[in-house]
Amino acid sequence: MSGARLELSGIGKTFRGLRAVHDVSFAVPAGTIHALIGPNGAGKTTIFNVIAGVFAPTAGTVTLDGRSIAGLRPDRVCDAGVGRTFQIVKPFKGLSVLENVTVGALHRRPQLGPARAHAEAILQRLGLHDRRHQLAENLTLPDRKRLEVARALATEPKLLLLDEVMAGLRPTEVDVMVGFLRELSAQTGLTILLIEHVMRAVMALAAQVTVVSYGEKIAEGTPAEIARNQAVLDVYLGHEDPA
Amino acid sequence: MNRRALAGLLILLALLVAAPALLGGYGLSVLILVLYFAYVGQAWNIMMGFAGQLSLGHALYAGLGGYVAAGLYTHYGIGPWMGVFAAVGAAVAAGAIVGYLGFRFSLAGVYFALLTIAFGEFTRIGFDNWTWAGGSGGMFLKVERGITDLANLRGGTVMFYYVILAMTVAAFLLCRALLESRLGRYWLAIREDAEAAQAVGVPVLWCKMLAVTISAALTALAGVWNAFYYNNLFPETAFAVGRSIEMTLSPIIGGLGTLFGPFVGAVVLTGMGEIFTDLSDQFHVAGLKQIFYGLALLIIVMYRPAGIWPWIAARLGFEEKRK
Repeated sequence: MSGARLELSGIGKTFRGLRAVHDVSFAVPAGTIHALIGPNGAGKTTIFNVIAGVFAPTAGTVTLDGRSIAGLRPDRVCDAGVGRTFQIVKPFKGLSVLENVTVGALHRRPQLGPARAHAEAILQRLGLHDRRHQLAENLTLPDRKRLEVARALATEPKLLLLDEVMAGLRPTEVDVMVGFLRELSAQTGLTILLIEHVMRAVMALAAQVTVVSYGEKIAEGTPAEIARNQAVLDVYLGHEDPA
Repeated sequence: MNRRALAGLLILLALLVAAPALLGGYGLSVLILVLYFAYVGQAWNIMMGFAGQLSLGHALYAGLGGYVAAGLYTHYGIGPWMGVFAAVGAAVAAGAIVGYLGFRFSLAGVYFALLTIAFGEFTRIGFDNWTWAGGSGGMFLKVERGITDLANLRGGTVMFYYVILAMTVAAFLLCRALLESRLGRYWLAIREDAEAAQAVGVPVLWCKMLAVTISAALTALAGVWNAFYYNNLFPETAFAVGRSIEMTLSPIIGGLGTLFGPFVGAVVLTGMGEIFTDLSDQFHVAGLKQIFYGLALLIIVMYRPAGIWPWIAARLGFEEKRK
């Protein structure tokens, strides 16, 4: 596993005249962690869905290591090396935790045995191994979030898209997930793009942050720069109480 | 499968093989019905139980299979072992058309089910008016008594019993192999959440197409067997919605998505169905069997929505979970 460079250039997406995303460009160098932040409804998940092949962009290009992936079907995008999680988690509820991850692992290992072994290894790393025989529907929300990550990782992506995997986690759980992602990125060189509202995680993980509001990019920089950016403070982060 | 389950299965199989020697003609004809419903239930279960696609038009595939093989035999003297290829071909083509229209245009759930019913219905009307197939008057195979000609599927109850038994065992083994393959796991993933499945690289449309065509092919074989067993075919019954519904009952009652559910469901339904038919004759109350079917379905849906088999299996320590 190693990372790939993601580049979005002039991405636009309109839904029957409603402009969800307009002219968004940013690049994520291979092996880095990049955060996408912004107020609710800013178009973050739409950008994810464009990258993941759920929607074809109405304008612009998406490339992974220079190869265009815009407009490909989601399973083809997965082939190309993109793994994703869903903001509203989508476990295969009636299957066990292990079987959930095995489905992802089957993507690059067509035999059930090796796929299952690979899935077990991933569950071990994510601390879900004890619960591998439980039905996914019986997991708690934090565990479901981890399951989302495990299943996406099982497809051996070069780029991992994480849609609010920290939401609903307690601060200590956030720290565990941050530690895991940092280690994952360092060990495998995987490129990670995350949508996140938990600033604690963004600050700790991201090398670069892109901020969107009303479908447009309003700022980009290191977390420290973003935290001082006037436009970002106005629309999203808010101001410290002067008193 | 654990050791105990395997032993149980082998004993059951031995009993089924010995059944013609143990049972009278009536008992055997009931067992034939059980196996028939177990077989078509297994075939239907691939679509609904594994891939999560509700088909209420499976009579289409059985009817087409039966008509094609019977037509080739009566009109051109082509035996069923050859005719079966054409029969399966026709059903696969029909399944591919229904599947492609439904899946490509994202008809889900009941809307897809309506599409499958519609295809069954207009095929029925088509056959009503197709003289080659005998129209609404039906198609009849020549009955020859006292011979056993396996090559042309002409023979008595025992021969048909062994043919359907072989088909049921083969379908069971095939479904087991499918479930333990990548395709089978992809089906389960699609059943649970198609969008999430596609995100981990499952080619959803292709997998659904395989489900509908494999299911249709297996169902067509049952249609061929059915046509040669009963020696007659009528559009009104072969393509009836009721026939399609009948095929869904064994797996629903036995346990959707399980390998053994269709058989268990068929035993319960057919066995009880026969008892209620007797009762209704004795007491001159018509329709007891239909009332029983309705009640059985109601009770299962209310109290054992996963079906009878998972519940029995857990009790016996066999543990076949709904995958």
